[in-house]
Amino acid sequence: MAKQIIIDPVTRIEGHSKITIKLDDMGAVQDARFHVTQFRGFEKFCEGRPFSEMPSLTGRTCGICPVSHLMASAKACDEILAVEIPTTAVKLRSIMNLAQIIQSHALSFFHLSSPDLLFGMDGDPATRHILGVVEKYPTLAVDGVMLRKIGQEIIELLGGKRIHPAWVVPGGVSSPLTPADREIILNKLPEARAICERTLSWFKGVLDQFKDEVNTFGNFPSLFMSLVSPSEDGKLAKLEHYDGKLRFMDADGKIVVDQINPNRYMDYIDEAVEPDTYLKSPYFKQLGYPDGIYRVGPLARLNLIDVCGTPKADQELSEFHALSSGPNLSSFQQHYARLIEMLYGVERIEELLNEADILDKRVRAFAKPNRSEGVGVSEAPRGTLMHHYKIDDNGLITWVNMIIATGHNNLAMNKSVKQVAQYYVKASHLQQGMLNRVEAVIRTFDPCLSCSTHAMGQMPLLVQLLGPCGELLDEVKRG
Amino acid sequence: MAVTTLKIDGKEVSANEDETILDVAFQAGIKIPTLCHIEGLTDIGACRMCIVEVAGSNKLQPACTTKVKDGMEITTQTARLKKYRKMVLEMLFSERNHVCAVCVSNGNCDLQTLAVEHDLTHVRMPYLYPKTEIDASHEWFALDQNRCVLCQRCVRVCDEIEGAHVWDVSGRGVQSRVITGLNEPWADSDTCTSCGKCVQVCPTGALSNKGKATGEMTKHREFLPYLAQRRHDHK
Ligand code: SF4
Ligand code: SF4
Ligand code: FES
Repeated sequence: MAKQIIIDPVTRIEGHSKITIKLDDMGAVQDARFHVTQFRGFEKFCEGRPFSEMPSLTGRTCGICPVSHLMASAKACDEILAVEIPTTAVKLRSIMNLAQIIQSHALSFFHLSSPDLLFGMDGDPATRHILGVVEKYPTLAVDGVMLRKIGQEIIELLGGKRIHPAWVVPGGVSSPLTPADREIILNKLPEARAICERTLSWFKGVLDQFKDEVNTFGNFPSLFMSLVSPSEDGKLAKLEHYDGKLRFMDADGKIVVDQINPNRYMDYIDEAVEPDTYLKSPYFKQLGYPDGIYRVGPLARLNLIDVCGTPKADQELSEFHALSSGPNLSSFQQHYARLIEMLYGVERIEELLNEADILDKRVRAFAKPNRSEGVGVSEAPRGTLMHHYKIDDNGLITWVNMIIATGHNNLAMNKSVKQVAQYYVKASHLQQGMLNRVEAVIRTFDPCLSCSTHAMGQMPLLVQLLGPCGELLDEVKRG
Repeated sequence: MAVTTLKIDGKEVSANEDETILDVAFQAGIKIPTLCHIEGLTDIGACRMCIVEVAGSNKLQPACTTKVKDGMEITTQTARLKKYRKMVLEMLFSERNHVCAVCVSNGNCDLQTLAVEHDLTHVRMPYLYPKTEIDASHEWFALDQNRCVLCQRCVRVCDEIEGAHVWDVSGRGVQSRVITGLNEPWADSDTCTSCGKCVQVCPTGALSNKGKATGEMTKHREFLPYLAQRRHDHK
């Protein structure tokens, strides 16, 4: 008898979602799928608006990572203007982008995922949440709050207000960095660095306890994609979050394609729409659908590079790379990758703030639209973020396409859920530990569902166990 | 010219007979909220934000177009006036699509300022969400009907100061729209001199310079009283 177990909603991720697990006649997992249930409709809604509004409009796509959308959007607008923005503006935007990565990773790691790591996947749900962490591991909880706060404060200092800053504009940024603000940011960094280092060494200490999770949490071969930039000597690929070129690597560590100008993403990526989810499923064109499954995000970024480009992060990166011969295939290691990226972010912000031209007053290029189309690609905390706009002769938007990290990861998330379910679902009833692991594997991707379904519709929320003819065998509701 | 005396909010003031309540109140340092009024252009009483109570009449009078009379007793701040002013604002917001958070005029908008001054926390009537267009055909300027409050400052400044009379209002009631030329794209107007005065006087984000990002559109209106005076002197 085929049975279907549906876990819903997944707690502790942003937005709403649903997971279905299909069992075959023997009660073994046949298929598992992650459904997304939110509607935002942004792509349509932007049509007819002036392109210069796009950074703000798309920043509204998401309350969690508006800064990432600002980056990709402003870059798409720069392309429409066909200007090269002042180098100081590039650096200032990069600082803000890194601050966003720090604050978002801190939220993901400390607030959303640390309860599972500290109390174990089978820990009592009554304490396995951030308040439980505050009670039992106050230092770690305080570190998380502090690190996130520092990231947010940097964003606020640069952009004027924490959420949806209008400081990032087509052509650059709207105001230069003041010497006083530079000092304030520099003074915050030592504490941020100490927190990152502390947490990394703690995490590496407990990693051994999670062997099962490392092996079963989305540990499967797939492609990886991210932006990378060349090292100084041009020989190595360096960690990049703001600019750079796209690179794809296969599960054996072979670079499949490299040096792709981000505005040619469409030559490499296609999007499939599946009937039972509102999330589009992008895939790598050369391998077709659904074989062209690829992952983006912290793990992908670290797999794709040779160096981070900052001293401490590079030490950590070599340890991380030593864990596997080729790319690290376990999605569980996203947590680890996030910690390294935060350390990198802190180091890199410091480097940028110490550059000679960081206080330069020329931070914006002015122009009228000189192209009818623009693509902007940046690395958001959750992975590669793509904005693509077309405008009419008057500068009004006629067409928008956005591919968001959670979208890129859609096929990989399904595969991860299936893998966990295969390992943990043995009987046809719902075990707490299994449910937690299925949810936890989704959380390793840190999916931000409110923005990843910007183009589709709404689904009801429920938990169901279905028989072969679709008959309802059991129902579970949570949250 | 005959001089009259009257009372505004209990304060004795004297005025010339051809002056409006708004003028006299302003000179006496009494602030009455306005939206369609702008110093230098003829008042038309379009928005009704400036309503005041006149003793002996149950009708609320627009201060910007009502001439003073001898012995008038005017009140500018009462619960009743506040209620109606707030309602005017609510209707303006519900009639078009105002999304301040992404608007070019966010932070520099007369409508938004009035909303803040009147503690407008929400709108009680249903939003109409009209589907209105943006005319961005002009090389430098854009008209976003979504933000227009039909104050007709653009119509008046273009006619009275620039002398081009590009702007008019077409339609009636909620269908009213400001238009350029004979309701043709702005770029096709033969009379528009591209002086930009309409953009500067527009109280909201309805008229703006192209390419401005959110909150970047600030208006400069210093020119208006000066130019108006010069036009007047030449007549
Ligand atoms: S015109 Fe003024 S009130 Fe309307 S959306 Fe823009 S800022 Fe807000
Ligand atoms: S476009 Fe501006 S100035 Fe003209 S009527 Fe509308 S709100 Fe008033
Ligand atoms: S200011 Fe008097 S009616 Fe508008």
